[in-house]
Amino acid sequence: MSAVSTEPTLSLNGIHKSFGPVHVLRDVTFQANAGEVTALVGDNGAGKSTLVKCIGGIHPVDSGEIRYNGAPVTIGNPREAAALGIEIVYQDLALCDNLDIVGNMFLGREAKRGAVLDDEQMEQMAQQTLSSLSVRTVRSVRQPVASLSGGQRQTVAIAKAVLWNSKVVILDEPTAALGVAQTAQVLELVRRLADTGLAVILISHNMNDVFAVSDRIAALYLGTTAAQVKTSEVTHSQVVELITTGGSDSLGRKDS
Amino acid sequence: MGTLTTASASDDRTEAGPPSSPLADYLRDYWARVRSGDIGSLPAVAGLVVLSAIFEILKPDLFFTKANVANLFTQGAGVTLIAMGLVFVLIIGEIDLSAGFTAGLCASVMTLLMTKQPGFMLPHGQSWLIGVPAALVTGMAVGALIGWIVSKIAIPSFVVTLAAYLAFQGVILMLLGEGNIVRISDPNILRLENTSLDPTVGWILYLLVVVAYAGVRILKVRRRTRSGLSSEPALLTGVRVGALAVLLGGLVFMLNMERSLNPARSLKGVPVIVPVIGALLVIWSFVLNRTAYGRHLYAVGGNREAARRAGIDVNKVRISAFVICSLMAAVGGIILASRANSVDSNTGGSDILLKSVGAAVIGGASLFGGRGRALDAVLGGAVIAIIDNGMGLLGLSAGTKSVFTGIVLLAAAGVDALSRRRGAAGT
Repeated sequence: MSAVSTEPTLSLNGIHKSFGPVHVLRDVTFQANAGEVTALVGDNGAGKSTLVKCIGGIHPVDSGEIRYNGAPVTIGNPREAAALGIEIVYQDLALCDNLDIVGNMFLGREAKRGAVLDDEQMEQMAQQTLSSLSVRTVRSVRQPVASLSGGQRQTVAIAKAVLWNSKVVILDEPTAALGVAQTAQVLELVRRLADTGLAVILISHNMNDVFAVSDRIAALYLGTTAAQVKTSEVTHSQVVELITTGGSDSLGRKDS
Repeated sequence: MGTLTTASASDDRTEAGPPSSPLADYLRDYWARVRSGDIGSLPAVAGLVVLSAIFEILKPDLFFTKANVANLFTQGAGVTLIAMGLVFVLIIGEIDLSAGFTAGLCASVMTLLMTKQPGFMLPHGQSWLIGVPAALVTGMAVGALIGWIVSKIAIPSFVVTLAAYLAFQGVILMLLGEGNIVRISDPNILRLENTSLDPTVGWILYLLVVVAYAGVRILKVRRRTRSGLSSEPALLTGVRVGALAVLLGGLVFMLNMERSLNPARSLKGVPVIVPVIGALLVIWSFVLNRTAYGRHLYAVGGNREAARRAGIDVNKVRISAFVICSLMAAVGGIILASRANSVDSNTGGSDILLKSVGAAVIGGASLFGGRGRALDAVLGGAVIAIIDNGMGLLGLSAGTKSVFTGIVLLAAAGVDALSRRRGAAGT
């Protein structure tokens, strides 16, 4: 069955990006579909972070086409990305320890009544968002983030990203710093995000995580797309081969 | 990132357990905050109680007397107000060592504009309606300059404000001339630190404050209940309002008693400076707690990168904190001048700055940024004033006082550092 039966939420075609003489991304093709987790894998320096920053508007692309729900768009800065509904959860989470969960989730986009903060509305929305993600690990949304565990912090960062009716959520190594139990919790949450209809892009080094939650795997190799395949159609070792050599006898660069 | 992995998975299941009463929930949340390093005003309040008890025991006939309690307010006012501004720069993780001499500079500008004496660099003989705004504007300009240098040129605030400390000291000397003392004769300025409210006015203000506080708390509970959110138990609201009513009531009662030793000249009522501090406390608490700007200040102090990514103009926030700090230093300077009835080259100098920083930190503001309230300045200012006053009554030398104040400041900074380490290592 052909994968592209409907328009992907986000599709990138022929993306080029260089920093001075360094050609980081060459003719990259990538797509993410609503309701799916697309894993973005690749060795260090393959261009994963740069690609994500291009999508997030931190580094505008040099050339190439970005389509959002089928329509070509340009993403010049993070605000434009946010306006489209693209949110990135960075590896270092970017949470303020001294603020509570509500404060962090609404940081920079506080709800107000006149000049005064509307704490009640923000708290309600934060609770709704957390319960829509079936998060039960957080007792009170008024807890300061400093008192949270690593997994809870990740949960807050992810909830912050989906609070704004976002359509595409990009997670940069969400389980890198977590223990076994918390990794499982976060992966469950990642799965639920996709199940609510979001296009989820998961950057990960951990093949177990990738195979546990992703629907598709996009592999980058030295700045080019090695392949984008369905997770169910590849084996662990084939993906490792794509990451390390850019190709696999059985897969090459043909798309699924 | 290693510290995160060490957190045990059991922490993620705190929601399990029997349902509990709202009061128990509240206390548990409070305890969680304390454990995470947010000990708030506990040390300052404990310090106030302990110090008051010690001085009361050592000098029972002098310390807790009507006259002396009134003195505490007028003595501590300047430092408290400067500390209130310092809280803002402490929240964003900076320091302003020039705040003391900024106070002196602004007070000098005001006094020279208002003096009847010609011969200074500024036009003289102006009304306080010119002098006071000029002092405030001078403060804001100073703050904007310091903030701009710190945030745009990226010189550490410690160095910038140390340079400003020296420079402003020089500017004051140039403005006033060596060894000059310029007297203040304007009654409006002198009134700030030298008169008291009519006892009736004191009680009316007291009622307004208690009713307003109760109203704000009840409205908040109502709004939260209407939004379907858990709110603090009614008992706690009652305790809060009751405690304020009793403490403030006792104070007003005490201050409204005759404290003049001279039967010919009556002296009673709440010192004018008390409602002035109260009003500024309310204004700055509102800004910090209830506005997006206040939240951005805390965010910049907590994690500057996170604030930047959230779309907050970090530089603008940082500059504004220095502007508020220097503005409050100007207010503090006016109060210092009013108390001394004059300005000289040492107004805002000597240990004023260190006491102000000490007041903010003793009150609970963190030297590491991210934490601090306007109330901290008032509590810490009270501790400093009590030490100063009590040790004076004991007849101890200025040297002993300085050593003791230094130890208290070090203890407060130690509590701050330890609670912070605990917050980083705990849960």
